[in-house]
Amino acid sequence: MTDTNPTQQFGSDRVKRGLAKMLKGGVIMDVVTPEQARIAEDAGAVAVMALERVPADIRAQGGVARMSDPDLIEAIIAEVSVPVMAKARIGHFVEAQVLQALDVDYIDESEVLSPADYVNHIDKWQFTVPFVCGATNLGEALRRINEGAAMIRSKGEAGTGDVSEATKHIRQITSEINTLKSMTKDELYVAAKELQAPHDLVAEVASTGKLPVVLFTAGGVATPADAAMMMQLGADGVFVGSGIFKSGNPEQRAAAIVKATTFYDDPSVIAEVSRGLGEAMVGINVGDLPAPHRLAERGW
Amino acid sequence: MVTAKHPKVGVLALQGDVREHVRVLSGLGADVVPVRRPSELDEVQGLVIPGGESSVMDKLARSFGLFESLRQRIRSGMPVYGTCAGLIMLADRVEDASPGQQTLGGLDVTVRRNAFGSQLESFETELSVPSVADEPMHAVFIRAPIVESVGDAATTLASLGDGRVVAVEQGNLIGTSFHPEMTGNTVFHEYFLRRVRAVADTASATP
Repeated sequence: MTDTNPTQQFGSDRVKRGLAKMLKGGVIMDVVTPEQARIAEDAGAVAVMALERVPADIRAQGGVARMSDPDLIEAIIAEVSVPVMAKARIGHFVEAQVLQALDVDYIDESEVLSPADYVNHIDKWQFTVPFVCGATNLGEALRRINEGAAMIRSKGEAGTGDVSEATKHIRQITSEINTLKSMTKDELYVAAKELQAPHDLVAEVASTGKLPVVLFTAGGVATPADAAMMMQLGADGVFVGSGIFKSGNPEQRAAAIVKATTFYDDPSVIAEVSRGLGEAMVGINVGDLPAPHRLAERGW
Repeated sequence: MVTAKHPKVGVLALQGDVREHVRVLSGLGADVVPVRRPSELDEVQGLVIPGGESSVMDKLARSFGLFESLRQRIRSGMPVYGTCAGLIMLADRVEDASPGQQTLGGLDVTVRRNAFGSQLESFETELSVPSVADEPMHAVFIRAPIVESVGDAATTLASLGDGRVVAVEQGNLIGTSFHPEMTGNTVFHEYFLRRVRAVADTASATP
Protein backbone atom coordinates (compact mmCIF):
# COMPACT_ATOMS: atom_id res chain seq x y z
CA MET A 1 0.00 0.00 0.00
CA THR A 2 1.15 3.52 -0.67
CA ASP A 3 1.34 6.29 1.90
CA THR A 4 0.08 8.88 -0.50
CA ASN A 5 -3.51 9.95 -0.14
CA PRO A 6 -5.07 9.83 -3.61
CA THR A 7 -7.38 12.66 -4.52
CA GLN A 8 -11.00 12.38 -3.58
CA GLN A 9 -13.54 13.69 -6.06
CA PHE A 10 -16.75 15.06 -4.57
CA GLY A 11 -20.04 15.85 -6.32
CA SER A 12 -19.26 13.92 -9.52
CA ASP A 13 -22.04 12.71 -11.78
CA ARG A 14 -21.46 9.15 -10.64
CA VAL A 15 -21.66 10.09 -6.97
CA LYS A 16 -24.80 12.19 -7.49
CA ARG A 17 -26.64 9.62 -9.60
CA GLY A 18 -25.27 6.89 -7.35
CA LEU A 19 -27.25 7.91 -4.28
CA ALA A 20 -30.48 7.67 -6.29
CA LYS A 21 -29.48 4.12 -7.29
CA MET A 22 -29.20 3.23 -3.62
CA LEU A 23 -32.79 4.44 -3.07
CA LYS A 24 -34.23 2.08 -5.71
CA GLY A 25 -37.05 -0.19 -4.62
CA GLY A 26 -37.74 2.19 -1.77
CA VAL A 27 -40.33 4.71 -0.59
CA ILE A 28 -39.49 8.38 0.01
CA MET A 29 -41.97 9.98 2.41
CA ASP A 30 -43.00 13.64 2.90
CA VAL A 31 -42.66 14.73 6.54
CA VAL A 32 -43.37 18.08 8.17
CA THR A 33 -42.05 17.48 11.71
CA PRO A 34 -39.20 15.50 13.32
CA GLU A 35 -41.90 13.26 14.89
CA GLN A 36 -43.24 12.36 11.45
CA ALA A 37 -39.69 11.80 10.23
CA ARG A 38 -39.17 9.31 13.07
CA ILE A 39 -42.39 7.48 12.15
CA ALA A 40 -41.28 7.37 8.51
CA GLU A 41 -37.83 5.93 9.29
CA ASP A 42 -39.33 3.39 11.70
CA ALA A 43 -41.79 2.32 9.00
CA GLY A 44 -38.98 1.70 6.51
CA ALA A 45 -38.74 4.92 4.48
CA VAL A 46 -35.59 4.88 2.36
CA ALA A 47 -35.39 8.70 2.64
CA VAL A 48 -37.60 11.54 3.85
CA MET A 49 -38.62 14.79 2.19
CA ALA A 50 -38.55 17.61 4.74
CA LEU A 51 -41.16 20.30 4.13
CA GLU A 52 -43.39 22.72 5.99
CA ARG A 53 -46.70 21.71 4.48
CA VAL A 54 -47.62 18.57 2.58
CA PRO A 55 -48.99 19.24 -0.91
CA ALA A 56 -52.61 18.65 0.22
CA ASP A 57 -52.27 21.53 2.69
CA ILE A 58 -50.45 23.77 0.20
CA ARG A 59 -53.46 23.21 -2.04
CA ALA A 60 -56.00 23.86 0.71
CA GLN A 61 -54.29 26.93 2.13
CA GLY A 62 -53.14 28.50 -1.13
CA GLY A 63 -50.67 31.37 -1.26
CA VAL A 64 -47.03 31.23 -2.31
CA ALA A 65 -45.27 28.04 -1.22
CA ARG A 66 -41.53 28.38 -0.57
CA MET A 67 -38.51 26.51 0.79
CA SER A 68 -38.98 25.33 4.39
CA ASP A 69 -37.54 27.02 7.48
CA PRO A 70 -33.87 25.94 7.97
CA ASP A 71 -34.66 25.16 11.63
CA LEU A 72 -37.24 22.61 10.55
CA ILE A 73 -34.92 21.02 7.99
CA GLU A 74 -32.08 20.80 10.51
CA ALA A 75 -34.36 19.30 13.16
CA ILE A 76 -35.44 16.61 10.71
CA ILE A 77 -31.82 15.92 9.66
CA ALA A 78 -30.94 15.54 13.36
CA GLU A 79 -33.81 13.10 13.93
CA VAL A 80 -33.22 10.50 11.23
CA SER A 81 -30.32 8.43 9.88
CA VAL A 82 -31.75 7.94 6.37
CA PRO A 83 -31.12 10.57 3.65
CA VAL A 84 -33.05 13.84 3.94
CA MET A 85 -34.33 15.67 0.86
CA ALA A 86 -35.79 19.18 0.75
CA LYS A 87 -37.65 21.21 -1.86
CA ALA A 88 -36.54 24.38 -3.62
CA ARG A 89 -38.79 26.42 -5.92
CA ILE A 90 -38.30 25.89 -9.67
CA GLY A 91 -35.52 28.25 -10.77
CA HIS A 92 -34.74 29.47 -7.24
CA PHE A 93 -31.00 28.83 -7.19
CA VAL A 94 -30.51 30.71 -3.92
CA GLU A 95 -32.96 28.46 -2.07
CA ALA A 96 -30.88 25.61 -3.51
CA GLN A 97 -27.66 27.21 -2.27
CA VAL A 98 -29.21 27.48 1.20
CA LEU A 99 -30.34 23.85 1.16
CA GLN A 100 -26.85 22.73 0.13
CA ALA A 101 -25.38 24.80 2.98
CA LEU A 102 -27.80 23.02 5.35
CA ASP A 103 -26.24 19.70 4.26
CA VAL A 104 -29.38 18.10 2.82
CA ASP A 105 -28.71 14.91 0.86
CA TYR A 106 -30.89 15.73 -2.18
CA ILE A 107 -32.74 18.81 -3.45
CA ASP A 108 -36.13 18.46 -5.14
CA GLU A 109 -36.60 21.33 -7.58
CA SER A 110 -40.32 21.06 -7.21
CA GLU A 111 -43.48 22.20 -8.93
CA VAL A 112 -45.28 21.66 -5.61
CA LEU A 113 -43.78 24.98 -4.50
CA SER A 114 -44.54 28.20 -6.39
CA PRO A 115 -42.08 28.64 -9.28
CA ALA A 116 -39.52 31.45 -8.80
CA ASP A 117 -38.62 31.63 -12.49
CA TYR A 118 -41.03 30.89 -15.33
CA VAL A 119 -38.24 30.63 -17.92
CA ASN A 120 -35.19 28.94 -16.39
CA HIS A 121 -34.73 25.97 -14.13
CA ILE A 122 -31.76 25.86 -11.73
CA ASP A 123 -28.35 25.16 -13.33
CA LYS A 124 -27.85 22.03 -11.26
CA TRP A 125 -24.30 21.36 -12.51
CA GLN A 126 -23.13 24.19 -10.22
CA PHE A 127 -23.95 22.19 -7.09
CA THR A 128 -22.25 19.39 -5.16
CA VAL A 129 -25.60 18.21 -3.79
CA PRO A 130 -27.66 16.15 -6.28
CA PHE A 131 -31.10 17.20 -7.58
CA VAL A 132 -34.30 15.35 -8.37
CA CYS A 133 -36.74 17.01 -10.78
CA GLY A 134 -40.26 16.26 -11.92
CA ALA A 135 -41.24 15.35 -15.47
CA THR A 136 -44.48 14.58 -17.25
CA ASN A 137 -42.85 13.19 -20.41
CA LEU A 138 -39.51 12.07 -21.82
CA GLY A 139 -38.54 15.43 -23.33
CA GLU A 140 -39.04 17.19 -20.02
CA ALA A 141 -37.05 14.48 -18.20
CA LEU A 142 -34.13 14.84 -20.64
CA ARG A 143 -34.16 18.64 -20.38
CA ARG A 144 -33.86 18.33 -16.61
CA ILE A 145 -31.04 15.77 -16.93
CA ASN A 146 -29.31 18.13 -19.36
CA GLU A 147 -29.47 20.81 -16.65
CA GLY A 148 -27.84 18.39 -14.20
CA ALA A 149 -30.70 16.51 -12.53
CA ALA A 150 -29.36 13.23 -11.07
CA MET A 151 -32.78 11.64 -10.56
CA ILE A 152 -36.20 12.07 -12.21
CA ARG A 153 -39.64 11.59 -10.74
CA SER A 154 -42.88 11.67 -12.60
CA LYS A 155 -44.93 14.64 -11.44
CA GLY A 156 -48.35 13.16 -10.91
CA GLU A 157 -50.78 15.59 -9.35
CA ALA A 158 -49.42 16.14 -5.85
CA GLY A 159 -51.75 16.51 -2.88
CA THR A 160 -54.77 14.90 -4.51
CA GLY A 161 -54.57 11.22 -3.57
CA ASP A 162 -55.58 10.65 -7.20
CA VAL A 163 -52.95 8.46 -8.85
CA SER A 164 -54.20 8.86 -12.42
CA GLU A 165 -51.73 11.61 -13.37
CA ALA A 166 -48.76 9.65 -12.02
CA THR A 167 -49.95 6.70 -14.10
CA LYS A 168 -50.24 8.90 -17.17
CA HIS A 169 -46.72 10.31 -16.74
CA ILE A 170 -44.92 7.03 -16.12
CA ARG A 171 -46.74 5.44 -19.06
CA GLN A 172 -45.90 8.43 -21.25
CA ILE A 173 -42.18 8.33 -20.37
CA THR A 174 -41.97 4.55 -20.82
CA SER A 175 -43.77 4.57 -24.14
CA GLU A 176 -41.63 7.40 -25.50
CA ILE A 177 -38.50 5.44 -24.50
CA ASN A 178 -39.87 2.38 -26.34
CA THR A 179 -40.53 4.47 -29.44
CA LEU A 180 -36.92 5.75 -29.42
CA LYS A 181 -35.59 2.20 -29.10
CA SER A 182 -37.27 1.22 -32.36
CA MET A 183 -35.90 4.19 -34.34
CA THR A 184 -32.96 4.18 -36.72
CA LYS A 185 -30.01 6.49 -36.07
CA ASP A 186 -31.04 9.07 -38.65
CA GLU A 187 -34.53 9.32 -37.16
CA LEU A 188 -33.10 10.28 -33.76
CA TYR A 189 -32.23 13.81 -34.98
CA VAL A 190 -35.86 14.58 -35.65
CA ALA A 191 -36.86 12.78 -32.47
CA ALA A 192 -34.53 15.07 -30.51
CA LYS A 193 -36.09 18.09 -32.17
CA GLU A 194 -39.61 16.89 -31.38
CA LEU A 195 -38.74 15.99 -27.80
CA GLN A 196 -36.98 19.37 -27.47
CA ALA A 197 -34.09 17.52 -25.86
CA PRO A 198 -30.35 17.28 -26.63
CA HIS A 199 -29.50 14.74 -29.33
CA ASP A 200 -26.75 13.02 -27.29
CA LEU A 201 -29.20 12.22 -24.47
CA VAL A 202 -31.85 11.07 -26.93
CA ALA A 203 -29.30 8.77 -28.63
CA GLU A 204 -28.22 7.41 -25.24
CA VAL A 205 -31.79 6.56 -24.27
CA ALA A 206 -32.41 4.97 -27.68
CA SER A 207 -29.41 2.68 -27.28
CA THR A 208 -29.78 1.77 -23.58
CA GLY A 209 -33.58 1.66 -23.50
CA LYS A 210 -33.75 3.58 -20.24
CA LEU A 211 -33.14 6.98 -18.71
CA PRO A 212 -29.52 7.63 -17.70
CA VAL A 213 -30.77 8.33 -14.16
CA VAL A 214 -33.13 6.62 -11.72
CA LEU A 215 -36.86 7.20 -12.32
CA PHE A 216 -39.31 7.34 -9.39
CA THR A 217 -42.99 8.18 -9.49
CA ALA A 218 -44.74 10.77 -7.38
CA GLY A 219 -48.06 12.48 -7.00
CA GLY A 220 -51.25 10.93 -5.70
CA VAL A 221 -49.85 7.63 -4.40
CA ALA A 222 -52.04 6.82 -1.37
CA THR A 223 -52.32 3.03 -1.01
CA PRO A 224 -50.06 -0.04 -1.13
CA ALA A 225 -51.73 -1.03 -4.40
CA ASP A 226 -50.98 2.43 -5.88
CA ALA A 227 -47.29 2.01 -5.05
CA ALA A 228 -47.18 -1.53 -6.44
CA MET A 229 -48.87 -0.39 -9.66
CA MET A 230 -46.22 2.31 -10.16
CA MET A 231 -43.52 -0.35 -9.71
CA GLN A 232 -45.22 -2.70 -12.17
CA LEU A 233 -45.37 0.17 -14.66
CA GLY A 234 -41.58 0.42 -14.46
CA ALA A 235 -40.80 2.92 -11.71
CA ASP A 236 -37.61 2.39 -9.70
CA GLY A 237 -39.36 3.55 -6.50
CA VAL A 238 -42.06 5.88 -5.20
CA PHE A 239 -42.51 9.18 -3.43
CA VAL A 240 -45.49 9.34 -1.09
CA GLY A 241 -46.49 12.85 -0.11
CA SER A 242 -49.77 13.61 1.58
CA GLY A 243 -50.91 9.98 1.31
CA ILE A 244 -49.36 8.84 4.58
CA PHE A 245 -49.80 11.58 7.15
CA LYS A 246 -53.23 12.62 5.81
CA SER A 247 -54.52 9.09 6.44
CA GLY A 248 -56.10 7.48 9.49
CA ASN A 249 -53.15 5.33 10.57
CA PRO A 250 -49.85 6.73 9.25
CA GLU A 251 -47.51 4.18 10.92
CA GLN A 252 -49.29 1.17 9.55
CA ARG A 253 -49.98 2.68 6.12
CA ALA A 254 -46.35 3.76 5.72
CA ALA A 255 -45.05 0.27 6.59
CA ALA A 256 -47.63 -1.30 4.26
CA ILE A 257 -46.58 0.89 1.32
CA VAL A 258 -42.91 -0.03 1.94
CA LYS A 259 -43.73 -3.75 1.84
CA ALA A 260 -45.95 -3.42 -1.24
CA THR A 261 -43.15 -1.56 -3.06
CA THR A 262 -40.70 -4.43 -2.47
CA PHE A 263 -43.26 -7.19 -3.25
CA TYR A 264 -44.94 -5.16 -6.01
CA ASP A 265 -45.44 -8.25 -8.17
CA ASP A 266 -46.98 -10.43 -5.44
CA PRO A 267 -50.72 -9.73 -5.06
CA SER A 268 -50.96 -11.94 -1.96
CA VAL A 269 -48.48 -9.73 -0.10
CA ILE A 270 -50.22 -6.56 -1.32
CA ALA A 271 -53.57 -7.96 -0.14
CA GLU A 272 -52.12 -8.88 3.24
CA VAL A 273 -50.58 -5.47 3.92
CA SER A 274 -53.70 -3.65 2.67
CA ARG A 275 -55.93 -5.17 5.40
CA GLY A 276 -57.28 -2.90 8.14
CA LEU A 277 -55.29 0.20 7.22
CA GLY A 278 -58.15 2.50 8.15
CA GLU A 279 -59.10 5.53 6.18
CA ALA A 280 -56.96 6.59 3.21
CA MET A 281 -56.65 10.31 2.53
CA VAL A 282 -59.96 11.60 1.22
CA GLY A 283 -58.42 13.21 -1.82
CA ILE A 284 -59.58 15.25 -4.76
CA ASN A 285 -60.27 13.96 -8.27
CA VAL A 286 -57.83 15.60 -10.66
CA GLY A 287 -60.69 16.21 -13.11
CA ASP A 288 -62.36 18.48 -10.53
CA LEU A 289 -59.29 20.73 -10.27
CA PRO A 290 -59.48 23.88 -12.35
CA ALA A 291 -56.46 24.09 -14.66
CA PRO A 292 -54.64 26.92 -12.82
CA HIS A 293 -54.42 24.68 -9.74
CA ARG A 294 -52.79 21.76 -11.52
CA LEU A 295 -49.23 21.56 -10.23
CA ALA A 296 -48.02 19.16 -12.93
CA GLU A 297 -48.37 21.95 -15.47
CA ARG A 298 -45.67 23.95 -13.70
CA GLY A 299 -42.22 23.44 -15.25
CA TRP A 300 -41.58 22.89 -18.92
CA MET B 1 -27.53 -29.70 -10.08
CA VAL B 2 -25.92 -26.43 -11.03
CA THR B 3 -22.36 -26.86 -12.26
CA ALA B 4 -19.61 -25.11 -10.34
CA LYS B 5 -18.65 -23.29 -13.53
CA HIS B 6 -21.95 -21.44 -13.65
CA PRO B 7 -22.91 -21.23 -10.00
CA LYS B 8 -26.38 -20.04 -9.05
CA VAL B 9 -26.00 -16.90 -6.98
CA GLY B 10 -28.56 -14.57 -5.50
CA VAL B 11 -28.75 -10.82 -5.04
CA LEU B 12 -30.79 -9.77 -2.01
CA ALA B 13 -33.58 -7.84 -3.72
CA LEU B 14 -35.47 -6.19 -0.86
CA GLN B 15 -34.24 -2.70 -1.81
CA GLY B 16 -31.17 -1.01 -3.30
CA ASP B 17 -28.94 -1.23 -6.38
CA VAL B 18 -29.91 -4.83 -7.14
CA ARG B 19 -29.85 -4.46 -10.93
CA GLU B 20 -26.24 -3.21 -10.98
CA HIS B 21 -25.03 -6.33 -9.15
CA VAL B 22 -27.15 -8.65 -11.31
CA ARG B 23 -25.57 -7.15 -14.42
CA VAL B 24 -21.98 -7.61 -13.17
CA LEU B 25 -22.55 -11.18 -11.95
CA SER B 26 -24.37 -12.22 -15.15
CA GLY B 27 -21.52 -10.72 -17.17
CA LEU B 28 -19.13 -12.99 -15.26
CA GLY B 29 -21.12 -16.07 -16.25
CA ALA B 30 -23.08 -16.64 -13.05
CA ASP B 31 -26.72 -17.72 -13.05
CA VAL B 32 -28.24 -14.85 -11.03
CA VAL B 33 -31.60 -14.71 -9.26
CA PRO B 34 -33.15 -12.03 -7.07
CA VAL B 35 -33.77 -13.21 -3.50
CA ARG B 36 -36.70 -11.89 -1.47
CA ARG B 37 -38.05 -15.09 0.11
CA PRO B 38 -36.55 -18.02 2.07
CA SER B 39 -37.46 -20.41 -0.76
CA GLU B 40 -35.39 -18.32 -3.19
CA LEU B 41 -32.46 -18.27 -0.76
CA ASP B 42 -32.55 -22.08 -0.58
CA GLU B 43 -31.71 -22.31 -4.28
CA VAL B 44 -28.54 -20.20 -4.33
CA GLN B 45 -24.94 -21.11 -3.55
CA GLY B 46 -23.83 -17.56 -2.77
CA LEU B 47 -25.41 -14.18 -2.12
CA VAL B 48 -24.63 -10.52 -2.76
CA ILE B 49 -26.18 -7.97 -0.43
CA PRO B 50 -26.35 -4.74 -2.46
CA GLY B 51 -25.99 -1.09 -1.59
CA GLY B 52 -29.11 0.63 -0.35
CA GLU B 53 -30.56 1.54 3.02
CA SER B 54 -29.48 -1.05 5.59
CA SER B 55 -32.28 -0.17 8.03
CA VAL B 56 -34.90 -0.83 5.34
CA MET B 57 -33.34 -4.15 4.27
CA ASP B 58 -33.22 -5.20 7.93
CA LYS B 59 -36.92 -4.42 8.50
CA LEU B 60 -38.06 -6.16 5.34
CA ALA B 61 -35.87 -9.22 5.97
CA ARG B 62 -37.40 -9.58 9.43
CA SER B 63 -41.00 -8.98 8.25
CA PHE B 64 -40.87 -11.69 5.61
CA GLY B 65 -39.09 -14.46 7.51
CA LEU B 66 -35.86 -14.12 5.58
CA PHE B 67 -33.70 -12.89 8.44
CA GLU B 68 -33.24 -16.18 10.30
CA SER B 69 -32.72 -18.13 7.06
CA LEU B 70 -30.01 -15.68 6.06
CA ARG B 71 -28.31 -16.04 9.44
CA GLN B 72 -28.37 -19.83 9.19
CA ARG B 73 -26.88 -19.84 5.68
CA ILE B 74 -24.15 -17.41 6.75
CA ARG B 75 -23.34 -19.61 9.76
CA SER B 76 -23.19 -22.69 7.57
CA GLY B 77 -20.56 -21.08 5.33
CA MET B 78 -22.42 -19.71 2.32
CA PRO B 79 -20.23 -17.11 0.54
CA VAL B 80 -21.72 -13.62 0.89
CA TYR B 81 -20.43 -10.34 -0.50
CA GLY B 82 -21.90 -7.12 0.92
CA THR B 83 -21.38 -3.63 -0.53
CA CYS B 84 -22.08 -0.54 1.62
CA ALA B 85 -25.44 -1.42 3.24
CA GLY B 86 -24.45 -5.07 2.66
CA LEU B 87 -21.28 -4.55 4.72
CA ILE B 88 -23.44 -3.13 7.53
CA MET B 89 -25.76 -6.16 7.33
CA LEU B 90 -22.76 -8.50 7.69
CA ALA B 91 -21.12 -6.66 10.60
CA ASP B 92 -21.36 -8.09 14.11
CA ARG B 93 -21.55 -4.57 15.58
CA VAL B 94 -22.95 -1.27 14.21
CA GLU B 95 -22.45 2.30 15.44
CA ASP B 96 -25.04 4.98 14.64
CA ALA B 97 -27.62 2.33 13.83
CA SER B 98 -31.26 3.23 13.22
CA PRO B 99 -33.28 2.55 16.43
CA GLY B 100 -33.89 -1.20 16.76
CA GLN B 101 -31.71 -2.03 13.75
CA GLN B 102 -30.31 -5.56 13.73
CA THR B 103 -27.64 -7.12 11.56
CA LEU B 104 -27.12 -10.62 10.22
CA GLY B 105 -23.55 -10.59 11.51
CA GLY B 106 -20.70 -12.90 10.61
CA LEU B 107 -17.92 -10.36 10.18
CA ASP B 108 -16.11 -9.69 13.45
CA VAL B 109 -16.02 -5.92 12.91
CA THR B 110 -17.63 -2.73 14.16
CA VAL B 111 -19.03 -0.65 11.32
CA ARG B 112 -20.14 2.99 11.56
CA ARG B 113 -23.10 3.95 9.36
CA ASN B 114 -22.88 7.15 7.25
CA ALA B 115 -19.39 7.60 8.64
CA PHE B 116 -18.34 10.35 6.24
CA GLY B 117 -21.43 12.52 6.76
CA SER B 118 -24.13 13.66 4.36
CA GLN B 119 -24.26 13.15 0.59
CA LEU B 120 -21.99 16.21 0.18
CA GLU B 121 -19.18 14.06 1.60
CA SER B 122 -19.73 11.21 -0.90
CA PHE B 123 -16.71 10.79 -3.20
CA GLU B 124 -14.74 8.73 -5.70
CA THR B 125 -11.07 7.83 -5.28
CA GLU B 126 -8.36 5.35 -6.22
CA LEU B 127 -7.90 2.50 -3.78
CA SER B 128 -5.26 -0.15 -3.52
CA VAL B 129 -6.52 -3.64 -2.57
CA PRO B 130 -3.33 -5.72 -2.74
CA SER B 131 -4.79 -9.14 -1.92
CA VAL B 132 -7.62 -8.82 -4.47
CA ALA B 133 -6.24 -6.74 -7.36
CA ASP B 134 -2.76 -5.94 -8.67
CA GLU B 135 -3.71 -2.45 -9.83
CA PRO B 136 -5.36 0.23 -7.68
CA MET B 137 -9.08 0.29 -8.34
CA HIS B 138 -11.52 3.16 -8.70
CA ALA B 139 -13.89 3.19 -5.71
CA VAL B 140 -17.16 5.08 -5.19
CA PHE B 141 -18.26 5.89 -1.63
CA ILE B 142 -21.89 7.01 -1.21
CA ARG B 143 -22.99 7.98 2.30
CA ALA B 144 -20.67 5.11 3.04
CA PRO B 145 -19.94 3.23 6.26
CA ILE B 146 -16.41 2.59 7.50
CA VAL B 147 -15.03 -0.25 9.55
CA GLU B 148 -14.17 1.34 12.89
CA SER B 149 -12.51 -1.70 14.39
CA VAL B 150 -11.51 -5.08 13.02
CA GLY B 151 -11.81 -8.01 15.43
CA ASP B 152 -9.32 -10.88 15.61
CA ALA B 153 -11.32 -13.14 13.33
CA ALA B 154 -11.58 -10.66 10.43
CA THR B 155 -8.92 -9.42 7.99
CA THR B 156 -8.50 -5.96 6.48
CA LEU B 157 -8.45 -5.92 2.67
CA ALA B 158 -8.22 -2.17 2.02
CA SER B 159 -7.83 1.13 3.81
CA LEU B 160 -8.03 4.75 2.74
CA GLY B 161 -4.83 6.84 2.80
CA ASP B 162 -5.68 8.00 6.33
CA GLY B 163 -5.89 4.41 7.57
CA ARG B 164 -9.67 4.06 7.77
CA VAL B 165 -10.64 0.49 6.88
CA VAL B 166 -13.06 0.13 3.95
CA ALA B 167 -12.86 -3.55 2.93
CA VAL B 168 -12.70 -6.71 5.08
CA GLU B 169 -13.12 -10.46 4.83
CA GLN B 170 -13.62 -13.38 7.15
CA GLY B 171 -14.00 -16.95 5.94
CA ASN B 172 -16.45 -16.80 3.04
CA LEU B 173 -17.74 -13.31 3.88
CA ILE B 174 -16.50 -10.19 2.09
CA GLY B 175 -17.58 -6.62 2.80
CA THR B 176 -16.72 -3.29 1.14
CA SER B 177 -17.78 0.26 2.05
CA PHE B 178 -17.67 1.16 -1.64
CA HIS B 179 -19.55 0.07 -4.77
CA PRO B 180 -17.54 -1.92 -7.36
CA GLU B 181 -20.88 -2.64 -9.09
CA MET B 182 -21.00 1.03 -10.14
CA THR B 183 -17.59 1.35 -11.77
CA GLY B 184 -17.26 -1.62 -14.11
CA ASN B 185 -14.36 -3.05 -12.09
CA THR B 186 -15.25 -6.70 -11.52
CA VAL B 187 -12.37 -7.91 -9.33
CA PHE B 188 -14.42 -8.14 -6.13
CA HIS B 189 -17.26 -9.98 -7.85
CA GLU B 190 -14.73 -12.41 -9.37
CA TYR B 191 -13.16 -12.86 -5.95
CA PHE B 192 -16.62 -13.63 -4.53
CA LEU B 193 -17.49 -16.06 -7.37
CA ARG B 194 -14.21 -17.96 -6.79
CA ARG B 195 -15.38 -18.54 -3.21
CA VAL B 196 -18.77 -19.70 -4.44
CA ARG B 197 -17.17 -22.15 -6.88
CA ALA B 198 -14.76 -23.44 -4.23
CA VAL B 199 -17.61 -24.14 -1.80
CA ALA B 200 -19.72 -25.75 -4.55
CA ASP B 201 -16.77 -27.98 -5.58
CA THR B 202 -16.22 -29.09 -1.98
CA ALA B 203 -19.92 -29.85 -1.60
CA SER B 204 -20.10 -31.92 -4.80
CA ALA B 205 -16.88 -33.81 -3.88
CA THR B 206 -18.46 -34.98 -0.63
CA PRO B 207 -20.03 -38.45 -1.20
